[in-house]
Amino acid sequence: MKIQILGSGCQKCQKLAEYATQAADELGLDYTLEKITDPGTIVDMGVMQTPALAVDGVVKLAGHLAGVEALKPLLRG
Amino acid sequence: MQSERLSSPLPLARAWLWLAAVPLWWLVYLQLTPLSDALFALLPLSRADALGEAVYFFIFEVPKVLLLLTAVVFVMGVVRSYFSAEHTRALLAGRAEGVGNVLAALLGVVTPFCSCSAVPLFIGFLSAGVPLGVTLSFLIAAPMVNEIALGLLFAMFGWKIAALYLGLGLAVAMLAGWIIGRLKLEGWVEDWVLARPKTAASVSDAGLHWRERIDAGQDAVVDIVGKVWPYVLLGIAAGAGIHGYVPADFMAGLMGREAWWSVPLAVLFGVPMYSNAAGIIPVVEALLSKGAALGTVLAFMMSVIALSFPEMVILRKVLKPQLIATFIAVVAAGILLVGYVFNLVL
Repeated sequence: MKIQILGSGCQKCQKLAEYATQAADELGLDYTLEKITDPGTIVDMGVMQTPALAVDGVVKLAGHLAGVEALKPLLRG
Repeated sequence: MQSERLSSPLPLARAWLWLAAVPLWWLVYLQLTPLSDALFALLPLSRADALGEAVYFFIFEVPKVLLLLTAVVFVMGVVRSYFSAEHTRALLAGRAEGVGNVLAALLGVVTPFCSCSAVPLFIGFLSAGVPLGVTLSFLIAAPMVNEIALGLLFAMFGWKIAALYLGLGLAVAMLAGWIIGRLKLEGWVEDWVLARPKTAASVSDAGLHWRERIDAGQDAVVDIVGKVWPYVLLGIAAGAGIHGYVPADFMAGLMGREAWWSVPLAVLFGVPMYSNAAGIIPVVEALLSKGAALGTVLAFMMSVIALSFPEMVILRKVLKPQLIATFIAVVAAGILLVGYVFNLVL
């Protein structure tokens, strides 16, 4: 599966990437993590508020940070 | 958009706890003076000397400011859970200028916003047909009317000053966006943004559970109050420190009402300065208590908060330098006007 972190690289985006990595590792998922920083691409994915998280191209979270435990159900699908 | 909030709302017990905290908060707030008096009585100090007065100021101000800040941030968090960028965009799309500017500024205050989202928001708004000036009204209001600043002003100077700050921030955002819209500066938006295909503004409103809204309030409190409380303590400590030691009219000559040049100077200093609201309010408090005029100080505060260098760098991705310069000039002029009007009226 592909986990995408959308955001310009601000503090919250880096936190989200960190938490998502931890959550995915704890779940034992087979994944690749991609950071999308280009604003055009972010808008094309339907996101206006960062940080955002997409799994296999589907936006699961936008506009705010979520903790490791809250991210797990989103990653599990 | 399929953005889901946390997978499950706050546990019921914890949600009720937050609601139960409201009367408790009120009770503590009403009893602040006797409580701080009692606490102060335990110390071997007297309010008659400068040190005792400074310590008393600190003991009284810290819980008061933190209580009010928590309340404002919590309420803002809950209110903002009723709004989203998608919703706001749908409300603004195709709206005429004028009405659009007014609406955009109002929505800018209540829509969740982080300056790092400014670029995707800008593109998203424009490509859904929100006029440039209306989009900028939103982007000015969002950082300018800051909930931390609002909460702290309310705590330190009362609701009148807080309301004034809110009203003037909105006025600057409406006016500046409207002027930029009238100037027809769409050509100064970066070409790649204009070349993007138009999209329709659609909303899928999930409708949150009330517990999720309480949850949003809690998130805001943890996030914001958890981050700014050291600045608040530091600021109040500094304020308490100079309480007895700096003469009361120290700033009057420099930033008083008589000095006409003080407002532009304050803006000139404020624009390149960058600080979060929590850092600037204690400075504001200190300046005011030492005889600076309110309009001058508010102008300084607004230019520090609303026009920040990092945000300009972010916006440079979508705006040509000419438009950035115009943006800064128009907003600074608006703040200048606010400063003068304030000093004249009060």
